[in-house]
Amino acid sequence: MDPFSTMRTALRALARNKMRSILTMLGMVIGVGAVIAMLGIGQGADQTMQKQIANLGSNMLFVTSGSMNLGGLRLGWGATKTLVRDDVTAMVKECHAVAAAAPGTQTTAQVVYGNDNWGTRVTGTTPEYFEIRTWPFQSGASFTEDDVTTAANVAVIGDTVRKNLFAATDPVGKTVRIGNLPFTVVGVLEAKGQSPAMSEDQDDTIIMPLTMLQKKITGQTWLRWVMLSAKSQSASYAAKQQIEALLRDRHRIREGQPDDFSVRNLAEFAQAASETSSVMTLLLGSIAGISLLVGGVMIMNIMLVSVTERTREIGIRLAIGATESDVQHQFLTEAVVISLLGGALGILIGLVASFVISTTVGWPILVSPMAIAGSAAVSMAVGIFFGYYPAQKAAQLDPIDALRYE
Amino acid sequence: MNPSGPNALSSQETSPASSTGHAVIAVEDVHKTYDLGETKVHALRGVTLSIRRGEFVAIMGASGSGKSTFMNIIGCLDKPSSGRYLLEDTDVAQLDKKQLAGIRNRKIGFVFQGFNLLARTSALENTELPTLYARIDRAERHQRAVDALNMVGLSERMDHFPSQLSGGQQQRVAIARALVNRPSILLADEPTGNLDSRTSVEVMGIFQNLNNKGLTIILVTHEHDIAQFAKRNIIFRDGKVRRDELITTQSIASEVLKTMPTVEE
Repeated sequence: MDPFSTMRTALRALARNKMRSILTMLGMVIGVGAVIAMLGIGQGADQTMQKQIANLGSNMLFVTSGSMNLGGLRLGWGATKTLVRDDVTAMVKECHAVAAAAPGTQTTAQVVYGNDNWGTRVTGTTPEYFEIRTWPFQSGASFTEDDVTTAANVAVIGDTVRKNLFAATDPVGKTVRIGNLPFTVVGVLEAKGQSPAMSEDQDDTIIMPLTMLQKKITGQTWLRWVMLSAKSQSASYAAKQQIEALLRDRHRIREGQPDDFSVRNLAEFAQAASETSSVMTLLLGSIAGISLLVGGVMIMNIMLVSVTERTREIGIRLAIGATESDVQHQFLTEAVVISLLGGALGILIGLVASFVISTTVGWPILVSPMAIAGSAAVSMAVGIFFGYYPAQKAAQLDPIDALRYE
Repeated sequence: MNPSGPNALSSQETSPASSTGHAVIAVEDVHKTYDLGETKVHALRGVTLSIRRGEFVAIMGASGSGKSTFMNIIGCLDKPSSGRYLLEDTDVAQLDKKQLAGIRNRKIGFVFQGFNLLARTSALENTELPTLYARIDRAERHQRAVDALNMVGLSERMDHFPSQLSGGQQQRVAIARALVNRPSILLADEPTGNLDSRTSVEVMGIFQNLNNKGLTIILVTHEHDIAQFAKRNIIFRDGKVRRDELITTQSIASEVLKTMPTVEE
């Protein structure tokens, strides 16, 4: 039989039992629909995360002061006091893969402007910080190297702080107070949003010269972290090794002793993030696999019932000249049509669900054409795989027995 | 009397001699044994006969006589356990399943007792069914089905479903379906078994018309008066041909119909 007639025969047979055909499809519809929606959410989240990491600068490195073991108490990162500004100077000078470095420390403080006040993170660093993070200003500019040297009372504020203290007025040139110290706002940073790596609002900060923070607010001489940029993305691993070697040497850590600092590069963050999302994908994949398996078994079950019900029809067809492969193709086509229609409906429902989720919950959704094409291909494969046995059973019927079947 | 023609192999006590055509079907010492585990059923125990082009043969016999097995074998639905079956000089034993399907499709037309039409499928589409398996293009398929339905006088009801047709009309659709691929042999297994007597005669009238146009017809029946519409009767008993005789006074359907009371449908 030609493919067109085969298809027409299959469609008519399915239309004859509409309710049953629809219920049979349901397994595929739910399976494929769930896959499309979940893949959409997963890929959307993954893409957003990768974009945010790229936004941070993929050749960025981050050194934090290390953990200290105090009589059995391990104090966690940032507890040691050994990371100092001289280390940073040495890094820039001696580590060839390092392009720039910004030392930093931070605390939290209450910032007051007029009648308003706002609790925020106070960061002390040098002007390189803004370059390394490629963080542009919406108004004003960074404080200068001189401001750091002189420990000037100047500050740069993040967008969240601006919103909370200044509303519509331009903060540049205004004076805010931290404790009883006045600071002149010299710049306002562009909004950067949530940090993927550190999961905090990056814009909720006020940044001032490192020396100012150390001398007037925290009274500490050590650093919590150093932010560096490698000369290129490919140099970031070399940079990491060089920094580690340098710091071990400067901190006089003997061989076999643990580091009193930690160096991470953002490439590692990105890798960790994509590992998380590949675990997610695997999980979704197995859920998809199970639901498609169930859908496939449903199709096989109904096709077996259908073959038994239509034994006489098969007998007639064989008697008037259908070959075994004609009969096989007919039933296989029915199974594939069910699974493909179910898959198509599932894709549609998945797309609608994705759209509804993204508009109501506000999650980013990314349904790739690959996911759709893949779902369609898998639907077809399910139909062929689970339709094969019933079709084979139909084709193997003996025409004489089939004609006598009541 | 000895039958003419090189393929005539009849060795029965009575031999048909009227036909001078070429043997379409030649069966030589055919046995059929069904193995039912412990017991063996000998359905056919050495059947030898030949049927020439243009014959109209009625095969009769009690149930269990082997006539259905014989029909299944000449219809290429079953194969003999031993012996030879030549269909238009082709040894059927040499053919594979696909070739057998081709023969059932193009050389043989089947008419069954229970009509065996596809439900919820129009008369036209039922008739068209064998053409789907014959690699004929769509327009031609449609035309052939319409022609076949015209031939059996059902052109008015082509769009009706089997459930909307009377038994006689359904059997006519089945005959149209059997004719649509222009076979050389028509095999009818108890075609009048489910029909009233007037409709039965009408169906026999269609067969006689087709036979007059040259179609070879082989008909299985257990009704003696139906067998009288054929030109030759073969009686089976216990898996063997018991009698093989020419009908001297063939009933003519059109004449018989005149003597029957007309029934309102």
